Amino acid sequence: MTTQEPILWTKGLERRFGGVRAVAGVDFTLKQGELRCLIGPNGAGKSTFFKMITGQLRPTAGEIHIAGRDVREAEPHAIARLGVGIKNQVPDVMNGLSVHENLWLAASSKWRGRQAAAAAGRVAERLSLTPILDRLVGELAHGQRQWVEIGMVIVAEPRIVLLDEPAAGMSDEETALTAQLIREFNREMTIVVVEHDMQFIRRIARMVTVFHQGRILMEDTFDKVVADPTVRDVYLGRSMGA
Amino acid sequence: MTPEFSADAAVPPKSWWWALVALAAAALAGAPYFGDEAFQLDISIIFVFALLALSMGFLWGYAGILSFGQTIFFGLGGYSYAILALNLSATNLPFLGALVIPALFATLLGYFMIYGRISDIYLSVITLVVTLIFEKSIRSTSGPEYVIGAVRLNGQNGIPGVPALTLPWLSEPLSISGVFYLAGGAMLAAYVGLRLLLTTRFGRVLVGIRENEKRMELLGYDTRLYRLAAFVLAGAVAALSGVLYALWGNFVAPEMFNLNQAAQVVIWVIVGGRSTLIGPIVGAGVVQYLSNWLGTVNVGQVTLVLGFVLMVFVQLFSRGVLPSIGDAFERLRRKGKSYGRAP
Repeated sequence: MTTQEPILWTKGLERRFGGVRAVAGVDFTLKQGELRCLIGPNGAGKSTFFKMITGQLRPTAGEIHIAGRDVREAEPHAIARLGVGIKNQVPDVMNGLSVHENLWLAASSKWRGRQAAAAAGRVAERLSLTPILDRLVGELAHGQRQWVEIGMVIVAEPRIVLLDEPAAGMSDEETALTAQLIREFNREMTIVVVEHDMQFIRRIARMVTVFHQGRILMEDTFDKVVADPTVRDVYLGRSMGA
Repeated sequence: MTPEFSADAAVPPKSWWWALVALAAAALAGAPYFGDEAFQLDISIIFVFALLALSMGFLWGYAGILSFGQTIFFGLGGYSYAILALNLSATNLPFLGALVIPALFATLLGYFMIYGRISDIYLSVITLVVTLIFEKSIRSTSGPEYVIGAVRLNGQNGIPGVPALTLPWLSEPLSISGVFYLAGGAMLAAYVGLRLLLTTRFGRVLVGIRENEKRMELLGYDTRLYRLAAFVLAGAVAALSGVLYALWGNFVAPEMFNLNQAAQVVIWVIVGGRSTLIGPIVGAGVVQYLSNWLGTVNVGQVTLVLGFVLMVFVQLFSRGVLPSIGDAFERLRRKGKSYGRAP
């Protein structure tokens, strides 16, 4: 369902922490319906970039536009209401509440009454969480908590889904299933995935953006990116072998 | 986990809970027929303090906000009622005004703290400082120049002769048993109301914010608005408790705002268990009863003995009395289930 209209774009986006420029002038464009992967070494600025898009951090310079709106000064909840959902690197859920309550709260941000409960039920079914709906999220295994959080992100049917390392800590089987789910979600949503696991990216990626030292080093198809000598030098040398 | 004994109260109350509420209402209605006026006065003040404890328990346990100075609204409620009732020579409008004024102050104070994104610990400190500022300010109003309308503030002597409430459908002002019914009814109604509120979307979102505020923001909730609403609601409940205190003693004084009173509320909630609504009520009752009893048995240093008793309580029931009982029930239930299962 890719169209040419950009749903998200940034221009000269920058974030400083003291003297360090974690993100140093990023021009990024995401078309509606895309499934984009962001890769790069630790500290390349990927998570900071996500945090600025979702309003968790204010940029020190540059612009962010989502669905035609300038969101530089917007609060996180206002950006979420524009249809941006994020799964953070570390499972960021309500550990003291049940799986059902977590999904219901996420659904309830968009729907009321029975509609919210029905949406939560549908997502639980889709992610095979139905048998553990009454369990406390804090008691679940890491992989299951990752899925609860993914469920919370997609239940309100956002327009853009940002997934920060969705397969981290998952078994091979869980990782394969997550890749399959992401491809399915992409039929309805625009998705950006940060991941280090190149096998996982190979399964899902069409376009890949490489971050390095707070800037975009390269943006191309998966095959071209992995074949690029500079990318191999700064990042892939370690994860894919020379 | 049984919702009545834990801070996850999204589940609507069961029929046994409604039966207990009905029983409590019946006991309340019948109590004045079995106890004299002194007994009714003793129990009324426990109801008043339980209501104050409930306001803090709700805010701390369910919204995650420890307002150390919940006495701001307790004192403001009492003083507003006294000043309005003495000035207007009426009591119903002052009763309402004494809820609205503290609620407006809670909105203003809460707005600056919550929208200013002050961290929880500073919020506790600020509320404590504000209640102490009120105490000091009122203490320094002994001179005849400190007058609101026709009412002298009287500094540390407080305002005596606070008029008794005359309800619109009654011709006589409330007697001692009338205050007993009003205080008990208000406490029971506030408990039932807050318990039911926690099962609504608002209550569930509030609990979600307590669990993980950042996640709730990322889901699209303006968490500041919910926290502010909870702060104002708790302020109004504390104000109601302050008005009832003024009606109980026909008197208000700067002690309503002081550190001793503020700390006592925290103690009631800790003893009873902050992660329940019934806990703070029980905590206020137990501690207040103990204080009264220690005062009558001539033990000498009441505060010292009470302090020791509190230490024992906190050691034995680290999460508070009610959650500890809830945990014990839960263990028994699980044990029963595992015995019942086939090997």
